[in-house]
Amino acid sequence: MAKIIVVTSGKGGVGKTTSAAAIATGLALRGNKTVVIDFDVGLRNLDLIMGCERRVVYDLVNVIQGEAGLKQALIRDKRTENLHILPASQTRDKEALTLEGVEKVLADLAGEFDYIICDSPAGIERGAQLALYFADEAVVVTNPEVSSVRDSDRILGLLSSKSRRAEQGQDPIKEHLLITRYNPNRVDDGDMLNLEDIREILAIDLVGLIPESEAVLRASNQGVPVIHDDKSDAGQAYADTVSRLMGEDVPLRFQLVQKKGLIARMFGGGNRR
Amino acid sequence: MRLLDFLKGERKKSASVAKERLQIIVAHQRGQRGQPDYMPMLEQELLEVIRRYVKVDQDAINISLDSDNDCSVLELNVTLPNDVEDAKR
Ligand SMILES: Nc1ncnc2c1ncn2[C@@H]1O[C@H](COP(=O)(O)OP(=O)(O)OP(=O)(O)O)[C@@H](O)[C@H]1O
Ligand SMILES: [Mg+2]
Repeated sequence: MAKIIVVTSGKGGVGKTTSAAAIATGLALRGNKTVVIDFDVGLRNLDLIMGCERRVVYDLVNVIQGEAGLKQALIRDKRTENLHILPASQTRDKEALTLEGVEKVLADLAGEFDYIICDSPAGIERGAQLALYFADEAVVVTNPEVSSVRDSDRILGLLSSKSRRAEQGQDPIKEHLLITRYNPNRVDDGDMLNLEDIREILAIDLVGLIPESEAVLRASNQGVPVIHDDKSDAGQAYADTVSRLMGEDVPLRFQLVQKKGLIARMFGGGNRR
Repeated sequence: MRLLDFLKGERKKSASVAKERLQIIVAHQRGQRGQPDYMPMLEQELLEVIRRYVKVDQDAINISLDSDNDCSVLELNVTLPNDVEDAKR
């Protein structure tokens, strides 16, 4: 039976799509049959981050409305075996997604895949609620910044009340905190919330810490999920995150200010951050 | 080092201000979790009624719903100004 993981945040632009793409790719690289679904109807982005935008023919809404079969809409990832993408619709209105429709698509996918990753739209309205409703686990993407932390707490409220697991009285959704765009230098200066503060305020388990990284923009420019850049800090941090999601105990990295080595100092930087 | 801090112009770091603010916000949000959807409206309307008689601030009213297995208690706390007579409209 597939595990359904929603990548959600409340606040927009905190790194949900970046994270969903990296996590789905990482799970597939580790041999899990994985599909990543874009729930951001009207504002699809996942196809760009995954680098498959020119191969989109049908989308989630087409499948739900019976205009295409799942097999037709699923895009096989070119680089990574075991990985499929189900894109969101560009144009249609958000009402096109129905709870029953989403349930059916997820049930059909569950027979084929080990992991179903749902990339949620921003907000706490219908689209976000549909993306999280059927989840078994949630990755709550949070930036070290007040409005992001507050919105994450709102999402935690939804996860524990407006989900299938909550409404049917099953075990609650397993909640994971993923801190992204972390800048240890600013934390050191006392101008950015540190990870302990965020963990203490939200009181959920930390599954990963992704530093603010130039590698992320580079990856999105190229349409290659940043986890493929295994030399980069963000790529490695996402790989650690995937290991933890798979139940492994991996020590935290990238939370401290990187001291430049002598060589790096002599040649003025050159470290890939 | 106190003196040094003082000379540097000791100032509360912005991150610790953020943390304090968030702790209050999150505690408040969590207090409201699981409450029926009508609670914010109810709170607003009760406040309006009270304000018809007494001058109180927006945050002078605190309402909460506690549920046991077989009974629910709606608790309403209103902080009245020191001199109630003065505050009368
Ligand atoms: N660790 C990081 N370091 C630097 N930039 C990042 C990092 N994570 C995300 N970004 C950048 O932040 C922006 C928003 O990222 P992304 O699209 O993943 O967010 P989102 O939460 O999916 O947004 P939306 O709410 O609009 O769906 C992008 O420009 C991305 O490149
Ligand atoms: Mg997105």
